[in-house]
Amino acid sequence: MERRLLMGNEAIALGAVRAGVTCVTGYPGTPSTEILETVARQKDGRIYVEWSVNEKSALEVAAGAACAGARAMVTMKQVGLNVASDPLMSLNYVGVRGALVVVVADDPGPISSQTEQDSRHFGLFAKLAVFDPSTPEEAYLMAADAFACSEAQGRPVLLRPTTRVCHSYASVTLLDELPRRAPEGFHKDGGRWVIFPRLSYQNHLKIESELRALSDAFSAYPHNALTGRGRLGIAAGGVSYPYVREALADIQVDCKLLKVSTVPFPEALGLSFLEGLDEVLVAEELDPVIEDALLRLCGRRGLRAVVRGKGTGDMPNAGENTVAGVRLAVRRFLGLPAPEGGEAAKADGEAGEAPSPPARPPVLCAGCPHRGAFFAVKEAVGRRRAVYSGDIGCYTLGNAPPLDMVDTCLCMGAGLTMAQGLGRVEPDTLHFAFIGDSTFFHTGLPGLVNAVYNGADVILCILDNGTTAMTGHQPHPGIGRTASGAAAPRVDIHALVSSLGVTALARVDAFDLPAAKRAVAAALGTRGVRVILFEGPCIAVDRGGAPCAVDGDACTGCGRCLRQLGCPALARAADGRAAWIDPVLCTGCRLCAALCPVSAIGGGGRPC
Amino acid sequence: MLNLIITGVGGQGTVLLSRLIGQAALDKGFDIRGSETIGMAQRGGSVVSHVRIGADILSPLIPPRGAGLIIAFEPGEAVRALPFLATRGAMVVFDRPVNAVTSALGGGAYDAAAMLTYLRARVGRLTVVDGARTIAACGGAKAINVALLGVAAAGGLLPFDRAEAERALRARIPARLLDINLRALDFGAALAAEAPRERDGP
Ligand code: SF4
Ligand code: SF4
Repeated sequence: MERRLLMGNEAIALGAVRAGVTCVTGYPGTPSTEILETVARQKDGRIYVEWSVNEKSALEVAAGAACAGARAMVTMKQVGLNVASDPLMSLNYVGVRGALVVVVADDPGPISSQTEQDSRHFGLFAKLAVFDPSTPEEAYLMAADAFACSEAQGRPVLLRPTTRVCHSYASVTLLDELPRRAPEGFHKDGGRWVIFPRLSYQNHLKIESELRALSDAFSAYPHNALTGRGRLGIAAGGVSYPYVREALADIQVDCKLLKVSTVPFPEALGLSFLEGLDEVLVAEELDPVIEDALLRLCGRRGLRAVVRGKGTGDMPNAGENTVAGVRLAVRRFLGLPAPEGGEAAKADGEAGEAPSPPARPPVLCAGCPHRGAFFAVKEAVGRRRAVYSGDIGCYTLGNAPPLDMVDTCLCMGAGLTMAQGLGRVEPDTLHFAFIGDSTFFHTGLPGLVNAVYNGADVILCILDNGTTAMTGHQPHPGIGRTASGAAAPRVDIHALVSSLGVTALARVDAFDLPAAKRAVAAALGTRGVRVILFEGPCIAVDRGGAPCAVDGDACTGCGRCLRQLGCPALARAADGRAAWIDPVLCTGCRLCAALCPVSAIGGGGRPC
Repeated sequence: MLNLIITGVGGQGTVLLSRLIGQAALDKGFDIRGSETIGMAQRGGSVVSHVRIGADILSPLIPPRGAGLIIAFEPGEAVRALPFLATRGAMVVFDRPVNAVTSALGGGAYDAAAMLTYLRARVGRLTVVDGARTIAACGGAKAINVALLGVAAAGGLLPFDRAEAERALRARIPARLLDINLRALDFGAALAAEAPRERDGP
């Protein structure tokens, strides 16, 4: 048996491989992305892997495979499940023949997401079983449990890790492969796969009774567990469970501990936990799912335990739990004093007050092509009133000063459609929408068709950097390569847009500032749907060339480059006057050189 | 048990360093647990990796004042991570600052020297790594993570030595990048041998 250092996402991937998955689909999204990438890296000839165009397509491809008897898996982040919710809700009524595990990674914090939604609630809403691992080791084992559960129920199942499981790592013991079997193939089954109201009513009845049986089965599930004794009890799920155990490690007070890793809630186990308890503290992230289940149980059984948690203000309602926060809550609940931390505080005092390090929010990389596109639009628009609708990707970072070029950002694909609505109310304002190449394929395309059909007055800037950058540079339909690295047909964005009948269509090099400004100026002179395709590779695709350098004698110190671009490679020199370019970061894109009034910036340029 | 915080600016290669340390510790039979910053912050934001080496580790995150060692790729990020450092903890800091767009815009230069002065006063067991020399010796900034691994391993700050670090390197790094990384490891180890005095501190 091999022990390997694995990230939670790698553990889920290898767990699925062990369980005999043969079809894996997904759309990249932090913190889920590495799951599919790990499966693809296995180069296991038995497994089909694809980056789908969006989560809805991904889930439907996987659903098709599962209906034909395969063990299939689809991966996405929590907001991706919103996109895939339509097929998921219906699929549960229809069921699958093989297995379908929907891995949906939640992001408490949120650290890299738009929302703090809790996919366990999605499981409750869609009436699905949910597995909620607390460590990478558990995620590895639960992947196989999720496949087994899905196959036994004939219904999709959610596996819901959170960021601190996905992106934490541990030494994981790898186990032997489980028995596999070839997919049975698709049986027409006299209409079983066609969703109809009458059938849905019958299936709804069945699902409800299955969920009751699952709750019983989950009371005996090894990853749901009850330990300890006493009149006080703590219930925890996900990564909060190890936080609680760590808090309890040096405490001598009697206390029961309930670990809950599933939806539906294991009611029988929950009842044994509640028996004889005066008070309960619940530690979980995002929504109070375990807390509500315990409250419901108390109400239904007339139990008198007080349940503390998010509802009582004992635990935070938003943001991720921390080791220190959980420790404090646990100690307070058990009537113990707060942990002390005096000594280090004293050391602080002796060294004087700490200087404050500079704020360091994420920024567009030095040499990012998006900076060129944003800057060209900004310059060409000048003082005219314009609203800039943004979208999801690295270019959301164009919101930061000094660019300040993102006025709205809602969800994948929303920039272009929101711009249309804004334009219906403010027709005399310029309405720009920015969207990246991968997001354009994801959900941008219907918005463009909508704009053409309904005669909207918008300027769409497609920022084509040749990759899905924010999530770590995955391929997409415009690149000519699949998830497993094989050659693929390339969907040409320019030809696609032009095929919709958009005639005001320009294609420019994002780094060629004068040409880019001319293209924007030309678009400003007309009305209707105008599309500018800005092309320039992400620095991860093409690192660029030699760095630029500032001629310290020529530089007047006017600070124009520093103030207008926000490139992280630009700073003041040690003398505080001239500009200085960090050669470690600069890619030589020459954007700053193009706006220096005295041509003090030399070098750089991309090698031909 | 060693609790280790690795901090820096997104893009500097902190994730690979935590993986290499984890691998070397695993090869020595330790249990590992840790957590990475992956996502938006990797675009030039502050990033922090938690690495816990020992037996029976529960949580993947280190509590405040819980780190026996901090390896910082940048002086400002070192100061930001200080609340993690245990009272008698050690720190290795790469002294070359990475400009922050926020300070470039404010006109106020970011004062990295003040960060280092404060660290010298505050951290007893401090190793300051000469960034300019390291970058020159390693042919660029790509391998500073491995140079820092050399400093920490050869300086006795990790539960494995330079040779064991090299083994992890060979297992984890693609062949075409091995040479430059081995050079960086050696350079880091040599630095550790050079600067024992500052490490013992005031
Ligand atoms: S990763 Fe690529 S697209 Fe994203 S900010 Fe950096 S250069 Fe731009
Ligand atoms: S050339 Fe100028 S704008 Fe481009 S990466 Fe270098 S410093 Fe930044």
